[in-house]
Amino acid sequence: MDELIRILSYFVGIAAFLGLNLAYLGWVERKGAGHIQRRIGPKDVGPYGLLQPLADGLKLMSKQLVVPDNADRLLYMSAPVLAMVATVILFVTIPWGENLVPREFDYGLIMIFAVASAAGLSILLGGWASGNKYSLIAGTRAVSQSVAFEIPMLITAITIVMITGTMNLNEIIRSQSGMFWNWNVFALDKSILMPISFLVFFVCSMAEINRAPFDLGEAESELVAGYITEYGGMGFGLFMMAEYGNMMIGASLTTILFLGGWQCPFGLFPGPHWFLLKMYFLIWTIVWIRWTYPRTTLWGLLNLSWKYLIPFSLVNLLVTALFIKVF
Amino acid sequence: MNPSLFSPEGLAGLIFLILIAVTMFGAVVATCSKRLIRSVTGLAICFVGVAGLYYFLNSPFVAMMQLLIYVGAVCVTLAFAIMLAEPNEAKVARKITGLSGGLAALCGGAMAYALGYAAVHGEWMAAATKINDGSVKTIGVNLLTQYSMVFELVSIVLLVAIIGSLVLARQGRDEE
Repeated sequence: MDELIRILSYFVGIAAFLGLNLAYLGWVERKGAGHIQRRIGPKDVGPYGLLQPLADGLKLMSKQLVVPDNADRLLYMSAPVLAMVATVILFVTIPWGENLVPREFDYGLIMIFAVASAAGLSILLGGWASGNKYSLIAGTRAVSQSVAFEIPMLITAITIVMITGTMNLNEIIRSQSGMFWNWNVFALDKSILMPISFLVFFVCSMAEINRAPFDLGEAESELVAGYITEYGGMGFGLFMMAEYGNMMIGASLTTILFLGGWQCPFGLFPGPHWFLLKMYFLIWTIVWIRWTYPRTTLWGLLNLSWKYLIPFSLVNLLVTALFIKVF
Repeated sequence: MNPSLFSPEGLAGLIFLILIAVTMFGAVVATCSKRLIRSVTGLAICFVGVAGLYYFLNSPFVAMMQLLIYVGAVCVTLAFAIMLAEPNEAKVARKITGLSGGLAALCGGAMAYALGYAAVHGEWMAAATKINDGSVKTIGVNLLTQYSMVFELVSIVLLVAIIGSLVLARQGRDEE
């Protein structure tokens, strides 16, 4: 019975946390974009536009769901739901604090990759089911991109697994305890390439969640709005929320693998606050990059993965193995 | 001895049945739907059900790999191929004649009977020992010692597949 209550309270807690974050990350992005472009951003609804997400949500929910004539009705309706479900499942193994894990799972790292790769299917289905050429092209683009970047991301994650010897996310964090130079980013004694592989992982996670400058799936100047062109109302809302959720997951995963998760930089009072601090910092960095750099081309993007990141991550794997063997 | 529904065994049995139902549903959708892309979706549902069965049977690593490789890679690749090739949707499979339906039922029934007979009368191996002791390590050790031959052969199969696809792609390029 205790277990049941635990599961239920985590479920409610995650749902509330997720809902709040997905709504307000939109606000953060619009406000950030505004200030980066010398505007104010949302300001009318509530103080500093803080009630804007509520207004947006009401508007999206009250809109009519229009299904285009050419669309495959069933798949068209289920694609956004699938995207959102996959995103929510990803939060099951994230260790927010030492004892604040919904489910401590020995294969947490693999589980995140497994479910995230399945989420790519939802974009593809959404793009196809819309019955629109732009959506279809965008869907194939988004997926070819996430398949390409999954490889260096997985290989980089494997180097971390080699160093820590576990795939349990909480154990990975525990192995980075103490001062901040024990974090995997600075662990030069474990592999000399660690800071660069941190960057590789971060870039890959950005490409994986289709964020600018890699948001070729919704390149509005070429493809209207990409795979969400035909979606209105809450269908669009779910895709948007799934994107923000994936952004949170990408930032959390980078935090866990490289920045010591809930560990304090100075070995004092570790806890969820450090995790959230690091995660929000990374999320802000992602937003910042989006509004600073222009979009790349598809070929530039695929070349970056296949010609630079994959060879580099393979070299990184070898160097890490060498370090483990020699030292 | 029938465990009640709300005892742990009862719930476990219920979850097992649900997983089987999901797998079967996916399989039926994959074979029966007229649109190829829906078949792929059915296949993905089927794979998710199978992954659930693996997890239920105490093999979380295999379950995760099932999701990562079959749903995340195989299904996505299939969907990708279908979208790029754009097969003619209007060309539905030709009308099935009366005899082939009966033949299919006969073959299916024979196979079901054979499998059922094997399941009921066959001698079962003892259930595998639980390899949850950080089982990635166990799997790795086994792959590189006891099953190293299989491991190497699988990589040869993959190599052949890659070379084959390169040859096919090359021919397509020459025609243009």
